[in-house]
Amino acid sequence: MIGITSFGGGLVAYLRDVVVDREKWLDAKEFMAALEMGQTLPGLNSTNLAVIVGRKLRGPAGSVCAVMGLILPGAVILIILGLLYVRFHNNPDVAAALAGVAAAAVGLLLQVTLKIGGRQFLNFRDLFFILATFLMVGVLHVSLPATLFMLAPIAVWLHRPAALKKAATATPSKES
Amino acid sequence: MKDLIELLNVFALLSLLAVGGGTAVLPDMVHETVTVHHWVTSTQFASIYSLGQLAPGPNMTMVGIIGYHAAGVAGYFLVLFAFYFPASMLTFIVSQIWDTYQDNPWRDAIQQGLAPITIGLMLAGVYAVGKEASFHPDQPLWYNFVTLAFGMGVVGILFWKRVNPALLILLCGALGWFWLR
Repeated sequence: MIGITSFGGGLVAYLRDVVVDREKWLDAKEFMAALEMGQTLPGLNSTNLAVIVGRKLRGPAGSVCAVMGLILPGAVILIILGLLYVRFHNNPDVAAALAGVAAAAVGLLLQVTLKIGGRQFLNFRDLFFILATFLMVGVLHVSLPATLFMLAPIAVWLHRPAALKKAATATPSKES
Repeated sequence: MKDLIELLNVFALLSLLAVGGGTAVLPDMVHETVTVHHWVTSTQFASIYSLGQLAPGPNMTMVGIIGYHAAGVAGYFLVLFAFYFPASMLTFIVSQIWDTYQDNPWRDAIQQGLAPITIGLMLAGVYAVGKEASFHPDQPLWYNFVTLAFGMGVVGILFWKRVNPALLILLCGALGWFWLR
């Protein structure tokens, strides 16, 4: 559990440096498996990853410490920023700076989306799901659970395991 | 007290819906916190979101500030708990179970199937925040031009070179202080 507070960076790439290269808690393959799981399950990728790494090292206590270590430094800074914001958000100077920050944050978000999306934007079937989800949630304001219930089963089914090939080696479970 | 319970409900649900990361629930978060419960205004939401970029750790820790707006310090901690605990608990349990099903082919199916949906949700998140932060119908044209240019500039720079995003955010904050007053 030592040194886990140094996580702080928040970026998955940074976590990888610490967990795999510096502390050697997991090897690269274990890390990728943990990351994939963290991305598939709900919740933030980085905190999910911390839960899994913590669990592998020290069980439940390890998970708690890892998540705390990840969140707390930011939470402390944010409560200070938050208090300052509540006090000063009517000040025109602060409002102007924050408008700049907010505008930049949009760019940041868009870049991350485009980067993660990458090849999926070029794949017709994936693009269909991207646009369908965007329209339903973003423009038509269909609720998120409803959207997921409608689209997710279809999407997962389209990617279903090539049953004939793989069923022989792995038992298909009844989940999903 | 009523606010606290509603905060708990809203953020615990968002936590469990955040398939693929926090950005995926941004549109729903805007809807719940701004339109349904009026805890913050949409401009405040965009500002709070950008504050999240300035602190270490997951950007979504900024949800605490929304809790603070709604119900003070208790709201701050309650929202953090509600937003992180359910999903972490689920991950803890499922990761233990999944270790036993490591080679199940459905794992890939779920992952590949959900990936484009996640991207769609993230786009909707960009749209929800961008509507507030990049377009200002009540402001003059150049103001809108600057905010749009900031967004596009950040996209361009980040694709071109690996820079620490926090620096870009701070830079735009400083430029905004000059240009957007």
